Amino acid sequence: MESITKNMTCIICPRGCLMTVTKNGSDITVEGNGCARGKAYAQNELTNPVRTVTSVVAVENRKDTMVSVKTSEPIPKDKIFEVMDIILSLKATAPISVGDVLKADVFGADIVATKCID
Amino acid sequence: MKLITHDLIIIGAGPAGMAAAVSAYDNGIKDIVIIERDNAMGGILQQCIHNGFGLHKMGRELTGPEYAHIYEKMVVERGIKVYFSTMVLSVGKDKTVRAQNSTDGIITFKAKAVILAMGCRERSRGALNIPGNRPAGVYSAGTAQKLMNCEGYCVGKKAVILGSGDIGLIMARRMTLEGAKVEAVCEIMPYSGGLVRNIVQCLEDYGIPLYLSHTVCCIHGKERVTGVTIAQVDENRNVVSGSERYIPCDTLLLSCGLIPENELTSGAGILIDNITKGAVVNQDRQTEIEGIFSCGNVLQVHDLVDYVSDEAEKAGKGAASYIKGEENYTASLNVLAKGDVRYVLPQKICTPVKEDVDLFMRVARPLGKVKIFAKDEKGNIIASKVSLKAAPGEMEKLTVKAQALENTGEITVSLEEVK
Repeated sequence: MESITKNMTCIICPRGCLMTVTKNGSDITVEGNGCARGKAYAQNELTNPVRTVTSVVAVENRKDTMVSVKTSEPIPKDKIFEVMDIILSLKATAPISVGDVLKADVFGADIVATKCID
Repeated sequence: MKLITHDLIIIGAGPAGMAAAVSAYDNGIKDIVIIERDNAMGGILQQCIHNGFGLHKMGRELTGPEYAHIYEKMVVERGIKVYFSTMVLSVGKDKTVRAQNSTDGIITFKAKAVILAMGCRERSRGALNIPGNRPAGVYSAGTAQKLMNCEGYCVGKKAVILGSGDIGLIMARRMTLEGAKVEAVCEIMPYSGGLVRNIVQCLEDYGIPLYLSHTVCCIHGKERVTGVTIAQVDENRNVVSGSERYIPCDTLLLSCGLIPENELTSGAGILIDNITKGAVVNQDRQTEIEGIFSCGNVLQVHDLVDYVSDEAEKAGKGAASYIKGEENYTASLNVLAKGDVRYVLPQKICTPVKEDVDLFMRVARPLGKVKIFAKDEKGNIIASKVSLKAAPGEMEKLTVKAQALENTGEITVSLEEVK
């Protein structure tokens, strides 16, 4: 079984630790991480890379107004553009509060509002 | 013409203004007004819909609007009055503030203390002197961000971005997510000014090329941008002849520097630091004019809003102390930056100090592992720390203990590379 070694920069916090990750079958070793979250990120990047997606949705009953949204959890990296297509299809109706779910269960996350619109 | 007095007037209801207001209130000042030119609180955070805010301060990764919402709630809960859609025209040394809006006309405020929290504007194409006509499709990155995120516009379909600071990187991703093709990000320096995590999650994730030591040397198109010419530059940032390359595109985003908006500050005759382009301040963020304080991006360009909030808390607390007549400083010492430390803030420390003093700084060029020192006028080290990877795009903090400041005349901050 071949082992894969990858250098990567952690994106969890602004420290941006430079890590070396080696995968040998199902065994993953991480070096260079500054914390446990970085280790988890590195392991994930090799097996199931995920990203949080942020965008905006038009508020249909307010003129020239967009509500900013995000995925409540990171979603699979290879589904980013599918998530964007889903977000593009959404319409929001004011009033909106931070945390309101605009669409539930999109690849394991909800699309939630991150802004209040009166 | 209206004349109104308040204990504290804060100019700007962005992250700095809001945090300063909450801090001043919690430190005993109830008569506070914030004057804001926009029709809502939040400042620049309103358009920063991406996440990465609040990691240090709240231990959570929030989007800009969510971070702003936390402070907005605190301002509203405390019943702090905000004048919206009101533009401050001038600030006087005597703490008069002249402002205008369409309901009240011209208002003259008089305060016991003023906090300046006006944030930054972006460097414009005119200031960059990029040759070409003036076709549509040339935006500052922040303008494009506002148009896309607040008003829902598509700003262009095929873009080149000049400047690899965080705003440029974030917009590279933003445009790509909305279906545009970002052909390149050009950076005039041999290194990027943005956070490394943004290089990864904005450029590498989407296969967007980053050309270091490159600039845009011509904009083509008459009514609309049709393309740009990019070229390599040498160590003096001059174009390397023969390296020019044409990239067809319909949009150029400029992310070439934030400039603290200190027109009001210099109008009041307040001393401005030539490197930070913000006011010269002491550890309470008080300027050289007593009772006038400054915090946030208008004081020094920050990378993390968490640090903006921390700084604004200091200003709010300092203003409260000043208004209550609790200030009892008897002397002050200068803080100087040397060598690869480009600037240090605060530039002055007033003594006797009440608590430890945090010094904030940036290095002049990307360095690996460094040891940063604060030395007194005799050359004794009074504080030091190791930074694993110092870069101009990442502000460093060095804490000097209160006891160490007891008999110091002047502090110099410098660094040494560690092998």
